[in-house]
Amino acid sequence: MGNKQTIFTPEQLDAYQDNPFRQRIAEVFSESGDGNMTLDDFLDMFSVLSEMAPRDLKAYYAFKIYDFNNDDYICKSDLEKTVNKLTRNELTPEEVSLACEKVIYEADLDNDGKLSLEDFQHMIIRAPDFLSTFHIRI
Amino acid sequence: MGECGLSTAGRTTRPRAVPELHVPHSRVGVSALCPCSQEPSPDNEGALHSSFCQLIEEQSSLVAGPSALLPSLDPIASTGLEPEQGEQHPGYATTLRILANMPSRTIGRSRGAIISQYYNRTARLRRRSSRPSLQQLNRTARPSLRQFDLESDPAHATLADKQSLLAKELLSLPPAQRSQVLMEVPLSLEEKRSLRMPSLCPHPPQGCRTLWYRFLALVHAAQPWHYALKQISGRFGSSVLSYFLFLKTLLLFNIISFLLLLVFVVALQAAYPPAVASPPPFTGLELLTGVGSFTHSLLYYGYYSNTTLNDPSASSPSGSTSPSRATQLPYNMPLAYMFTIGASFFATCILLMYSMYHSFLKSYRVGSSTGVLAIKIFSAWDFKVVQRHSVKLQSENICTQLKELLAEQRLRSCPLSLPQRLRHITVLLLAWLLALGTVLGCVVAVYYFSEHMHTVSTQEGVLLALPLIVSLLNTLMPHFYNLLAAWEKQDSPAAEVYVAILVLGLLCYQWLSRRLICSCWETCVGQDLYRFVVMDFIFTLLDTGFGELLWRLILEKKLKSKRRPEFDIAQNVLELIYGQTLTWLGVLFAPLLPAVQVLKLLLLFYIKKTSLMQNCQSPSKPWQASHMSTVFITLLFFPSFLGAAIFVSYTIWWEKPSETCGPFRGLQTIYQTPKVWVELLEESNPNIAWFSWIPQYLVENTVFLFFLSGIVLAVIYFNIQVLRGQRRIICLLEEQIANEGEDKKFLIQKIHSIYDRKVPRGKCWGSAGMESHCAPLLRAGAGGWE
Repeated sequence: MGNKQTIFTPEQLDAYQDNPFRQRIAEVFSESGDGNMTLDDFLDMFSVLSEMAPRDLKAYYAFKIYDFNNDDYICKSDLEKTVNKLTRNELTPEEVSLACEKVIYEADLDNDGKLSLEDFQHMIIRAPDFLSTFHIRI
Repeated sequence: MGECGLSTAGRTTRPRAVPELHVPHSRVGVSALCPCSQEPSPDNEGALHSSFCQLIEEQSSLVAGPSALLPSLDPIASTGLEPEQGEQHPGYATTLRILANMPSRTIGRSRGAIISQYYNRTARLRRRSSRPSLQQLNRTARPSLRQFDLESDPAHATLADKQSLLAKELLSLPPAQRSQVLMEVPLSLEEKRSLRMPSLCPHPPQGCRTLWYRFLALVHAAQPWHYALKQISGRFGSSVLSYFLFLKTLLLFNIISFLLLLVFVVALQAAYPPAVASPPPFTGLELLTGVGSFTHSLLYYGYYSNTTLNDPSASSPSGSTSPSRATQLPYNMPLAYMFTIGASFFATCILLMYSMYHSFLKSYRVGSSTGVLAIKIFSAWDFKVVQRHSVKLQSENICTQLKELLAEQRLRSCPLSLPQRLRHITVLLLAWLLALGTVLGCVVAVYYFSEHMHTVSTQEGVLLALPLIVSLLNTLMPHFYNLLAAWEKQDSPAAEVYVAILVLGLLCYQWLSRRLICSCWETCVGQDLYRFVVMDFIFTLLDTGFGELLWRLILEKKLKSKRRPEFDIAQNVLELIYGQTLTWLGVLFAPLLPAVQVLKLLLLFYIKKTSLMQNCQSPSKPWQASHMSTVFITLLFFPSFLGAAIFVSYTIWWEKPSETCGPFRGLQTIYQTPKVWVELLEESNPNIAWFSWIPQYLVENTVFLFFLSGIVLAVIYFNIQVLRGQRRIICLLEEQIANEGEDKKFLIQKIHSIYDRKVPRGKCWGSAGMESHCAPLLRAGAGGWE
């Protein structure tokens, strides 16, 4: 990280982590939405990803990270992109599609075919590991 | 007309066949449509509501007479409408856009909606006690109506107004709650600062605060092993990290016990050493066996005196040498010994229960256990892992786990045939019988071996034989159980701890029955336990060396495979639990044993970390870190700590201390010490006779104990009932949410069916038919439609 600049480009952050979601994290936390972060955005990011952040706040930002097309719903295409990023495209398309259908079936409470923020938060409440995995140690 | 895939029968089950909205004559997936960018801003709620109201009005006026409403609908339908495929319903995009802009849906999108939501929440916090009036809708069960309060009110339409309102509400909260609410609001740091700004003024001056922050930063930086833990979690993930955090917790317990014993017992006895014969010279073997020059040292029970130290009434040999300062405080050693041991157990118990409570809070969830796949996908990625190779491994692990889960679900949908099930059950039974058989075999073997050892002459080196055999069993059994688990394809790390606990139970029984052999039996037991602790440490080192280092060399050089040995978390944690049980058992007989355990844990941390970094790779089994840490803390509490506490309590209450050594010589039981002390006090000062009332009527009175246990049982029962009620409420709320979804679908169906009826102008529908369609629409969601 440079000392003199106030904006961190995605390439600089890229060198620090090998996370498959790093592009999405940068986009979600940057003010302009293109991945460049000011110091405040950077602090925001680490404060949300720290140990002390409450679960609902983490769930809110996790939802935004997994929502690739920014339409405030995690639809099936978002889920497919997530699964492919998690497994580095190792699963076959049928398996990916089956997994996404199962996820929507399990988590969608109001039956509109995609996950809204409430569905996501309701599911995260039942995932005790979420707090410890959605956490970056500084 | 109005074909629909919904099933209205059985509102409790979600309809399985319809994951998406059904539109008559077309099957457009919802995901194909996105609300376009030129939609009206959610801040402009008035425009949205008025457009929807207009829509309903237009439909209801159809009842009065067929007017040409289609042209007036077109402007709404055409604004921002994307070209759709094929036979698309003209109003569909509009309704979806309106739905997408409903207050409950805009929470994630607009800052105005977030601020309104938190304003309502904060206001609710403030006036929690008062019941809101019927006109207020923010207590309704329907989420879509709850935000009605602030957003439909035209006076609060602007963002700045909402912000100032929220800031005002926050000011009215107590500071702790205020910072809690501010922590949860998903706004950026700048906005949180601006919300917090008005509240900063009436607070203590800046200098205080900067000092406090500096102190907090220092405390955070002073945490031991912070960077080492970060390195470990960066390469291996949360699961391996949980082992090292567990080690850190155990270190804390031991340090607290050690400090208590040091300050109140050991240091004072060291200052006033009893007159003993000169000890034999120090040979290196004492570090392993604990006998020889260690026998009459601070390490064991036998060294401690049973008199009052520094007693002024005792005749001092030479008055001139004793200092005339006010250091003539007499110190009752037996009382101090007993109470310090009790206090250290009590402190450990409180800390353990606190850790268990925190672990349970994080990992236990009320409600159903469905949704495994969804949870796996969204919480499986460990963001702590940083290194490239580990990230790749993690991806592979997640891929394997997802494949297994999908295969399992496929299997569940087509259940096993009868012969396969029988085979599965026989395999399970066999594995269980084998496990039980080996446990019993180990216990019997240890029993006969220790009996044999007592008949043989006690040469120093031979004393190590029993600890060696027990540690060997403890090291080999887990590997055997791993094989069994691989065979029966099930995971049960708790089975390994039963071997260790049963063996320890047997040994406890033997130690207590050995009073007749040893003259100072407490010191003998203390020496035995010291040997066990040292041997456990040596075997852990050997296991690390052979299991990890040697195995990696074999894999690399001989088998030429890139795979490295995995770090077996369960086995390592169980070794830690076993070592800690030994320490707790031995505290009464060897007060410096916690110090030995502290040294052992410190060395173990560095050795395990080095071996991990050099030799191992992260485990490939799916490991729920938080669930397993709860299991480990519970195992530490239930068999381990409680067993040790029961053993020590039994010794204090019933066993006769030895006559020749130790602080309790001459008494009937150790428990008599406070009674003797109270009698002494009464003799010296008859005014405090009431003090003897406390142990007599509180501690020894059975009625009081029954009363206490009755209260504890009542609290447990109450909590169980609360949990049951919460489960039922969760079911009810899930039903309500499903009903909301059905209501929405119903409304949309109705609107579309009305459009469709309107389109063919030739056909005319009687007003009765129209009413039966529109009236439910106007009543917004009552039941009853054909």
